[in-house]
Amino acid sequence: MAIKIINALIAIIGGIGGAMLLYWILNKLAESLKGRWEDRIKPWMFAGPAILAIGVYLIYPAIVTIQYSFANADSSEYIGLRNYKELLTDSSFLKVLINNLLWIIIVPALTVALGLGVAVLADRLRARGEKLSKTLIFLPMAISMVGAATIWRTVYEYQPSGTPQTGALNAVFGLFGKGPFFWYSIDNLKLNSLLLMVILIWTQVGYSMVLLSAAIKSVPEDTLEAGRIDGAGERRIFFSLVVPQIWPTVITVFITVLIGVMKVFDIVYVTTNGAFNTDVIGRRFYDEMFTQGNSGYASTIVVILMIAIIPILVYQVRQFRLQEAAR
Amino acid sequence: MSTTIQPGVGTPETPKVQELRQSKAGTGPGSASWPVKISLGIVCLAWVIPVLALLVNSFRTRDAQASSGWWSVIANPLDLTQWTVSNYSRVITTDEAGVNMGQAFVNSFIVTVPATVIPILIAAFAAYAFTFMEWRGRDIVFVVIVGLLVVPNQVALVPLLKLYGALGLNGTFVAVWLAHIGFGMPLAVYILRNYMSGLPMAIIESAKIDGASHYTTFWRLIVPMSVPALASFAIFQFLWVWNDLLIALLFLGRGENTIATVALQGLQGQTGQGKELIASAGFVTIIVPLLVFLSLQRYFIRGMTSGAVKG
Repeated sequence: MAIKIINALIAIIGGIGGAMLLYWILNKLAESLKGRWEDRIKPWMFAGPAILAIGVYLIYPAIVTIQYSFANADSSEYIGLRNYKELLTDSSFLKVLINNLLWIIIVPALTVALGLGVAVLADRLRARGEKLSKTLIFLPMAISMVGAATIWRTVYEYQPSGTPQTGALNAVFGLFGKGPFFWYSIDNLKLNSLLLMVILIWTQVGYSMVLLSAAIKSVPEDTLEAGRIDGAGERRIFFSLVVPQIWPTVITVFITVLIGVMKVFDIVYVTTNGAFNTDVIGRRFYDEMFTQGNSGYASTIVVILMIAIIPILVYQVRQFRLQEAAR
Repeated sequence: MSTTIQPGVGTPETPKVQELRQSKAGTGPGSASWPVKISLGIVCLAWVIPVLALLVNSFRTRDAQASSGWWSVIANPLDLTQWTVSNYSRVITTDEAGVNMGQAFVNSFIVTVPATVIPILIAAFAAYAFTFMEWRGRDIVFVVIVGLLVVPNQVALVPLLKLYGALGLNGTFVAVWLAHIGFGMPLAVYILRNYMSGLPMAIIESAKIDGASHYTTFWRLIVPMSVPALASFAIFQFLWVWNDLLIALLFLGRGENTIATVALQGLQGQTGQGKELIASAGFVTIIVPLLVFLSLQRYFIRGMTSGAVKG
């Protein structure tokens, strides 16, 4: 243990000291060049290490992943489109895609709606009440998905019939003489998947609330005053004056949650490990890569995920360009 | 963690959004009616009760946890036979359920601190180059970084796992440190560059006229002025690395170097001996990020509203 801590300290001091030394040397190297060359080389000395890290850990592996998706399980031989054909005709994988689609449809929309609702209501409390309620709802953002799944055991847990129930949900149903139910196993109407989504929504609503609340507060008062003078009710003012003005933030929150949902892994892995028809792309990917050791399938799943991300990527870059132009 | 930038918010000269708002007739602060207060109260309780339930269970004996739900303590909180601290002492000091939470807790720090601190310096230099230096290819490289913000880390995992396997790095801290440095870099560069581009250009220009080199300007002016943005990124990265399951599971596994989230996940399957430790292990895992978050919430929110997303 002591050795490990010492190693970590060496890593921190060595890492930071080494990085500082590296930049000092790179800067000296650039300065040893003359005039114009110094100006040309120096930016690459400053930005180079970061670009290298991104290249080595994101861009290069992404290209290799695309390559692997056309190769067999141990990446020793190219097999063309066979992985794609096999996966997209495999009924178990199609079920996974449908599950993911449900997560994508339900979670971001509910997160935005709940966050907006809480933001609007908390806004009307006095400062202390507003701060307290917002902190409480924001808090789960700091909790890991594993932690969240552990916390929600206190609600979803199931004990066999005839023994005392320790999960709140079964206790409540027990009051009405129903159950107990093993919730994670009930895939009627996708109930089990919905219950898992609740856990993710629980961690994300605070984020949505904070951003939307800031947006609502920056809506200029005079636009709303104009509406009031024209005799519009509060509901009308909210939907036709406030909502259009905070719409860019709504989209932002929606997309951010969407990206998180598309690659959701932890919650499903920790609770059902994909059983009872609750599997999602992120967990299936882990399973193919690590448990089955099939690099071909795993890479193909990631490529499918990448393709699904492309529209968001294009939107992101376009937004960025617009904002840069407005600077 | 948003994909687009809220203009103004999160840049240095931002006025406090909170203060812009005057009280509105009918909807202003303090105008909440009882139905509003009650429904908000219900939401807040629903949000907090599961956490409190875990806390309560973490201090209950094995028999108490098995024979009644956590809510039963409301009826008899003074029945001292149900309370114990042994769950914590057992989960931290022993590895009876195959998991040594104390060790994993220390490992979490060993993984998280370098993986949070090291990328900051690298990203700060890069952000400086993207903001204050003119160079060919600058804008296109930055657009690529902006695009990479939304790309999930999964794209890199299959080749990395193989590469680490070939290099014998699997199971080592170095493997995880480097991975988190790489995966966190787009976000770090993006947050810092966004912030730096809002700094007053005149100061940098005058430093240049006084003959200060870029290197000196960086250390003497830009780093001290960028502390709020450095702090926002540090909190993001700290929470992200501490709470990560996937990368730790792949590159560290369940051996002696395992971290708290992986250890907690490993406990979930316990049905017999050791099941009573799940709640206390859960609390050990979440307490550090909760404290970091509560004490530095302000910086965290600033980072969020400045337009940061992590794929």
